[in-house]
Amino acid sequence: MKMHLDEKIWLFLSFGMIMGFMIFTGYQAVALGMGPPSHKETIDPKKVDQTAPFDQPGIKQIGENEYEVVMTLQVFSFTPMEIEVPAGSTVHFTLTSKDVVHGFQVANTNLNAMVMPGHIQKISQKFDEPGEYLVLCNEYCGAGHQAMSTKIIVK
Amino acid sequence: MQPALKTTSFKQKTNQVLGISLEDARISKSYLAVAFIALLLGGFLGLLQGLNRAGVLQLPPWLNYYQVLTAHGILLVVVLSAFFTIGYFYAGLSHTLGGLLPKVRKMAWIGFWMKIFGFVLAVIPILRNEASVMYTFYPPMAASPMFYFGLVFIVLGVWMLSFGAFTQVANWRRNHKGEHLPILAFFATGVFVLLVGATAFVAVEVIFMIIPWTLGWVDGINVLLARTLFWAFGHTAVNIWYLTAVSAWYVIIPKIIGGNRWSDLLTRMVVIPLVIMNITGGFHHQIIDPGISESIKYMHVFMSLAIGFPSLMTAYAMFRVFERTARAKGGKGLVGWYKKMPWGDVRFLAPFIAMVAFIPAGAGGIAQSTNQLDQVVHNTMWVVGHFHITLGMSVIMTFFGISYWLVPYLSKRVLTPAMNRLGVIQTIVWTIGMVIMAISMHIVGLFGSPRRTSFTTYGNFAETLGWNPYMAAVGIGATLLLIAVILQVYAVFNLMFFAPKGVTEFPIAEEEAGAEKTPYWTERWGVWVILMLIVVSMAYVLPIVDMIMNAPPGSPPFKTW
Ligand code: HEM
Ligand SMILES: [Cu+2]
Ligand SMILES: [Cu+2]
Repeated sequence: MKMHLDEKIWLFLSFGMIMGFMIFTGYQAVALGMGPPSHKETIDPKKVDQTAPFDQPGIKQIGENEYEVVMTLQVFSFTPMEIEVPAGSTVHFTLTSKDVVHGFQVANTNLNAMVMPGHIQKISQKFDEPGEYLVLCNEYCGAGHQAMSTKIIVK
Repeated sequence: MQPALKTTSFKQKTNQVLGISLEDARISKSYLAVAFIALLLGGFLGLLQGLNRAGVLQLPPWLNYYQVLTAHGILLVVVLSAFFTIGYFYAGLSHTLGGLLPKVRKMAWIGFWMKIFGFVLAVIPILRNEASVMYTFYPPMAASPMFYFGLVFIVLGVWMLSFGAFTQVANWRRNHKGEHLPILAFFATGVFVLLVGATAFVAVEVIFMIIPWTLGWVDGINVLLARTLFWAFGHTAVNIWYLTAVSAWYVIIPKIIGGNRWSDLLTRMVVIPLVIMNITGGFHHQIIDPGISESIKYMHVFMSLAIGFPSLMTAYAMFRVFERTARAKGGKGLVGWYKKMPWGDVRFLAPFIAMVAFIPAGAGGIAQSTNQLDQVVHNTMWVVGHFHITLGMSVIMTFFGISYWLVPYLSKRVLTPAMNRLGVIQTIVWTIGMVIMAISMHIVGLFGSPRRTSFTTYGNFAETLGWNPYMAAVGIGATLLLIAVILQVYAVFNLMFFAPKGVTEFPIAEEEAGAEKTPYWTERWGVWVILMLIVVSMAYVLPIVDMIMNAPPGSPPFKTW
């Protein structure tokens, strides 16, 4: 098969670029622990309120500058609603849904995870900048989806 | 055997001289008519969405945003693209394989009415606000069962058409032992193989999981498994529309610019991996889902990026064909050759812009397929911007370009210079509208504005003020787009029923004189299908077994709208 030199170079670069993306993604995920939220625990979606830790949703300090937030999502709200942490804290979120699929997204951060009934999702973020952060549901969940939001206050 | 062979090649000749038979033309015309009516309706709904998100239009309670968005998605990615693809490839099969067999024609009509019937069944509950579940219908949101029965008929229709196409191709191969399938029919075979493969997943989801559950025969559904089956279909579907556009890039466009097509072997070597590796891309829609391990997700980055490779081969091939053709016409210089391209010909201009759009579209796609980058943009308006460039430009503008010769070819009319000029204007307006809309969507998505969300300020949250200018731009883009939609639909129906009578050719480019002969192994479709099944099993068996074995108790149905 005839192939021009410049085509070979182009295909070589294409292949290199794809491998570059692969390697970079793998490096970030394995070495830097930046992989996407992929928690694998399950829960009975009809008994969320009776199942620990979701029987007591809320925020808890678990170390110096470290907090755990246990949160349920349901049409069309987050429980607990407002969350306050000091600047510089790392917050570990443990999330599940009591009904349909929701999204957990915090604008201006990398917090973005699907929250599905029957599954427990986990995701963490360090909040350095003080301010109010908008928390919103980014998966269509029904008539009030556009109203499903809350905020995180970093002091 | 001998006589049969003679009659086909005789038919093939008459076909080329007299044009398509009236019966075959009627099939393709019907599909195209439905496709462009869907564009008109879907485009109008798109305008409503754009104006709503710009904050200038409040939708009435009897037609809420999510109802509109469900219909927009279904009309444009399920109806427009599928009906266009089928109409185009059936015309291509008829033209390159010597006319459709009578039984294939019958299958095309049965498929047509099954799809229409299914579509009507699905639309009724949408209109009654009983199926505002988006075209992705993620359980445990549950629409009225009628919606899902409609989907089943649509899938059955697709199967009927696919088997019609396979019958036609098999018949031709039986009569042309040892020959290569004509290139357009080769693309068609790939497309119909993928259509069957993709719809098989959604059929399992709908028939075995959702329908029994919405009818109350079982009380819980495996939410994650349903999503996974959906995306094996949904992802492949959009890639099928893309492969359809690519077929025109390789086969049709070189002829329109007066050149030769790219190496036959390399063309077939682009189709084959696109068929084999496509379905497994579905996981890139679930990168931030719970319940799927990071290692599976990582394997799937590779599966998704792998299809970037044939696309990059295509990018090279296209620009090479342009350059060669232009130089043969006396074009000079490193870049000066571009002056020799037929810029004023809508049949070239629209697909050319479509190809250019594929550069940012492909780059965005590669970014989104990598896990950590996807996490930044998943379910934001960025994604909506992305698929309006891929589908709304790369695919649909190619389809528009095709319509300016395919419709007159079918109706035995001609494209007049005036209509060509209208087409050029249409192309420009659409391009400007889409570029404004898609760029704004990408930017506002990076700021965090979510997709599938009607106008909101989240209780006057300061953050959202910064989104407003971009949302206003979305509204402006949407308005331009609707103007372009009206021009396009006018052009199609004019060319179908009113343009001057005459002969329009089906433009299929020839290979360069003295091109190398393509080896016969490219024709081993049995092998390609088996390889496809192997790749699909490698990708899906482990995660699906895991999803079933470690499933949480099922979810009951919810109607939350
Ligand atoms: C008149 C031209 C068009 C306009 C004004 C338009 C506008 C829009 C807008 C504003 C959204 C909603 C964003 C959101 O809230 O998530 C949307 C969604 C969408 N559009 Fe378009 N669009 C147009 C054409 C197209 C075309 C040609 C296609 C595909 C062939 C397409 C496919 C889609 C899809 C699949 C969605 C997502 C639906 C969903 O999230 O369920 N659109 N469009
Ligand atoms: Cu929501
Ligand atoms: Cu995809």
